[in-house]
Amino acid sequence: MATAILQQPGKTAGATPAAKPKPNRSFVHGLLTNKKALVGMAVMALFIVVALLAPVLFPGDPSRITAMASLEPDAGHWLGTTAKGQDVLALTVHGARSSLLVGLTVGFASTFIGILVGLASAYFGKVIDEALSLVTNVFLLLPGLPLLVILAAFLPPGLGTVILVLIVTGWAGSARVLRSQALSIRSKDFVAAAVVSGERAGRIMFREILPNMASIVMGTLLACVIYGIGAQAGLEFLGLGDVSTVSWGNNLFWAGNEGALLTGSWWVFVPSGVCIALVAFALALINYAVDEVTNPRLRKVKTPAPATTGRSAAK
Amino acid sequence: MRFILRRLGFYLVAFWASITLNFLLPRFMPGDPVSRMFARSQDRMQPEQIEALRRLLGVDDRPLWEQYIGYLQNIFTGQMGVSISRFPAPVTEVISSQIGWTLLLGGTALVIAAVVGNLLGIVAAWRRGGAIDSALPPVLVFIGSFPYFWLAMGALYLFGVVLGWFPIRHAFTDGLEPAFTSEFIGDVGAHLVLPALTIVLVSIGGWMLGMRNTMIATNSEDYITMAEAKGLRPGRIMLRYAARNAMLPSVTSFGMGLGFVVGGALLTEVVFAYPGVGYQLLNAVQGLDYPLMQGLFLTITAAVLLANFLVDILYVRLDPRVRSN
Repeated sequence: MATAILQQPGKTAGATPAAKPKPNRSFVHGLLTNKKALVGMAVMALFIVVALLAPVLFPGDPSRITAMASLEPDAGHWLGTTAKGQDVLALTVHGARSSLLVGLTVGFASTFIGILVGLASAYFGKVIDEALSLVTNVFLLLPGLPLLVILAAFLPPGLGTVILVLIVTGWAGSARVLRSQALSIRSKDFVAAAVVSGERAGRIMFREILPNMASIVMGTLLACVIYGIGAQAGLEFLGLGDVSTVSWGNNLFWAGNEGALLTGSWWVFVPSGVCIALVAFALALINYAVDEVTNPRLRKVKTPAPATTGRSAAK
Repeated sequence: MRFILRRLGFYLVAFWASITLNFLLPRFMPGDPVSRMFARSQDRMQPEQIEALRRLLGVDDRPLWEQYIGYLQNIFTGQMGVSISRFPAPVTEVISSQIGWTLLLGGTALVIAAVVGNLLGIVAAWRRGGAIDSALPPVLVFIGSFPYFWLAMGALYLFGVVLGWFPIRHAFTDGLEPAFTSEFIGDVGAHLVLPALTIVLVSIGGWMLGMRNTMIATNSEDYITMAEAKGLRPGRIMLRYAARNAMLPSVTSFGMGLGFVVGGALLTEVVFAYPGVGYQLLNAVQGLDYPLMQGLFLTITAAVLLANFLVDILYVRLDPRVRSN
């Protein structure tokens, strides 16, 4: 089949290198004109606004009992009530606060540790690199979920423990990615020039190498936030979080605990799950957009005259 | 050979780290696990068993390094203590009675997801921009955004509770005697469908995208052009030339996936009350069964390390570049 051969990507891309537009767009501009990024950022902005406005939208303790138990969604309670008689919408809106807070905290902290470890590995090399890589690889290899469960079981329960445990299990992935990127930049001439000109190690790491891997850092950060939100939900669903706080994971834990599934109260467990999915999907979209903006091979190539093979280069 | 030895050394270090973590956690944890467990076991424990537990969890007065050596001795002679929640069964016995179910569930799901996912990835990369390539990845990424346990709950609700197509909990119907009869095997199969299916659903996207992205790179290699120039059939080029050379990262993922089989099926097993090691780990945590918890964690870690080591050996067979340096 001729079409199958024509649709091979490398060929079309390689045949029309001159046709590739080379606009001098900045990273931010690229993101702002990328459809995926815009959708993702809009969804994230919506969730953040809702999380910030939660006390205004639903004043008071969201887990107080306000109505009959297990009401189906209606005008009074848009998303119905739980088996205890709590308003599901209020729980979901307030849940956004804890879930986003933990997700963002875990994401930033893991990425920060990843940056430190990755940069130190790449810059100092030799023994330091060997040692840090060994620790990173051990943490990568230890099975995450069981480790999470064991740690959460032994440490005193609370939001701090959840965050700590998620950082302990989450930093290694970002460290490995950032190390390999930092390594390739470390071998560039301008870094060698900085070393020769006698700049301090800290300055070279954070002012010379780090700015050149901004997009990878961004991607790692987004992946870490996604991990944080998902892992927190999983941990809480198992009943290993702080059961007294209101978060999406805890909402699902209580839904399971109160037998929402077996009694058919689907409206109790659908909203929190969908919220987690929407946030994760929005972050994933931004992540893809970052990839597309910074990696020309993934970008949509707009050939000046879209021939019959034009669509093969899509994505 | 040097590569294998290096990897072996690394896995030994990793195993040592997890043993040490296991050793340190109960010793630096606030509170006294033995008294907590003792309160729960309600006088069924013999004094010497309590003494053994104290030693295992470090609630005795010996110096730390002495405890550590004793702990290592116990681990390597397979003495992991007595389970509290399944008193008086030894931890090793509880684990060995359950690991089979986990291997069955995880193994089935892993093989199906890897085979189907890789095939989809191959087709998507080969017909880039085609129907499979443009429609499936966004859908799979979207499905992958949902928390895994939530999808499992949804499947349980839809197919188990509402439609009643599949049994909703456990690995086989209560009262059925485990035996190699067609009735029992069919029953186990029916109980396997939902949990395995949910794992396949969330993991297939990763396989597909990974394979697709690697194969896009191999598609532009010169030997593909050469194969086309020779006039080979497209199907042959796709499978024997492009896909074959794009398989290596998938082999690595398979090794990691093998690890996931033992440890990662935890949420599945909890949602479906499937009697594997993950379900047991959560039960142990809830029942403050510290010896069982530790034994399970070590077993899971050992399985992950072993799986990865086997893949490394396989890798040496598959990739000559590893052999040469």
